[in-house]
Amino acid sequence: MKLITAVIKPFKLDDVKDSLKEAGIAGITVSEVRGFGRQGGHTETYRGAEYKIDFVPKVSVEVVVDESGVDTAIEAIKKGAATGKIGDGKIWVSDVERIIRIRTGEEGIDAV
Amino acid sequence: MDSGNTAWVLIAAALVLFMTPGLAFFYGGMVRSKNVLGMLMQNIFAMGIVSTLWAVIGFSIAFGGDNAIVGNLDFAFMKDVTTLDGDIPGFAFFAFQMMFAVITPALITGATADRLKFGSYALFIAIWSIVVYAVAARWVFNGNGWIFEMGALDFAGGAAIHINAGLAALAVIMVIGNRKGHGTEPMPPHNLPLTVLGTGILWFGWFGFNAGSALAADGVAAQALVNTQLGAATGMLGWLLVERIKTGHATTLGACSGAVAGLVAITPCAGFVGGVAPLIIGSIAGAACYFALFIKAKMNWDDSLDVIAVHLVGGIIGTLLLGFFADTAVNGEFDGLFFGGGAELLKDQFVAAVGVGVFSFVVTYIIALAIQNTIGLRVEEESELVGLDQSEHAESAYTS
Repeated sequence: MKLITAVIKPFKLDDVKDSLKEAGIAGITVSEVRGFGRQGGHTETYRGAEYKIDFVPKVSVEVVVDESGVDTAIEAIKKGAATGKIGDGKIWVSDVERIIRIRTGEEGIDAV
Repeated sequence: MDSGNTAWVLIAAALVLFMTPGLAFFYGGMVRSKNVLGMLMQNIFAMGIVSTLWAVIGFSIAFGGDNAIVGNLDFAFMKDVTTLDGDIPGFAFFAFQMMFAVITPALITGATADRLKFGSYALFIAIWSIVVYAVAARWVFNGNGWIFEMGALDFAGGAAIHINAGLAALAVIMVIGNRKGHGTEPMPPHNLPLTVLGTGILWFGWFGFNAGSALAADGVAAQALVNTQLGAATGMLGWLLVERIKTGHATTLGACSGAVAGLVAITPCAGFVGGVAPLIIGSIAGAACYFALFIKAKMNWDDSLDVIAVHLVGGIIGTLLLGFFADTAVNGEFDGLFFGGGAELLKDQFVAAVGVGVFSFVVTYIIALAIQNTIGLRVEEESELVGLDQSEHAESAYTS
């Protein structure tokens, strides 16, 4: 089992969700996050004083898939999240040791 | 007694009162979310404490007796206010002036934002409204006051209110010092839509402030109302123009600040100038107050919400420009430099600005220092970090 985490532009969330659904992904977890990559932050001005806003608002999307579905999910996220401009985000994949469905107690891929 | 004039002054009094909650929102939007209730409370509390003290003694200090410097107790506890009945009731004048007394110390809260103990603030504003405001109001608005007698003009309080509050603000911040993290930690406004709302209420109320100061429903009031609108409008444009040139952006906070700067500057002039004067006065104030923002950084003053740049500088600009633009064809007995009156009025305006300013700064500094060295005026460091809402009022503005 693999956990795929994608940090994307907030306005691309709907596209990523649709794209993942089309690819057959059963569920996703979404959180609002802040951070910076190469895009860096932006500057705001209040009464002549400039404030550097280092942390850019982003959305983090998490999906758990079987090994065989990793590339499909990555492609789906890329398709949904890409604008071609700086700040489109990152996708990373990590191992999942166990996964349990609370209602039934099923484990592994059956629980996804 | 004139019922039309009375009706207008009573309505104007209500309009001016509404400016204080407007000011609360104007300032409240500019502070961080942990201090917004602290800011709103300081302003709302002014409506309670100053109104009460005005009835007890403030009005009497400002308008009792015939001394040039300070009043007496003739009108204490509202005794004999009806003896002032004339074209309008004495109590209409009393009420109208009360609302000015309320908003003036409230203006100071913008400079001292985020770091005053509430109890100490309550004591400060109580003393200040009697010892500083009522006395300065007497000098400027009462026929016996030395500034009025000298011949200086102040239609609605450029000196008595804005220069007064501006220099008082400077005195208090010199006593209490800068906020923790000032200059190193960003402290951007938490809710500019609140500031826009406050600006709208202030602007609306300012018609009562300025046009009400005619104390009659007449041509001078109408001229003052139009001047008020144009001062605000061109103040906004002046500020935005220089801001856009300097930073590349015209900001919402800039539009609000410029409008208020224009309103401040037109205040002393409102019933004494006509023609294109309000357009010139507003434009100059908007642009100049923007540049005045940078004074505090140079001096390392933490005037949190720019009371000095907007109210003090705007008040000085309006008070001095009146020495150029005053026109007896509009109202009053003195022409300015541009209308054949020579430099006499300009000199009087300068003396009025310096007189009120020096008095306000010195006495406020003494009051603030006395409170700071007895019960303390500034909150403890931990309270400041937590924010005034929790530490001073045990509340939160925004709960989820």
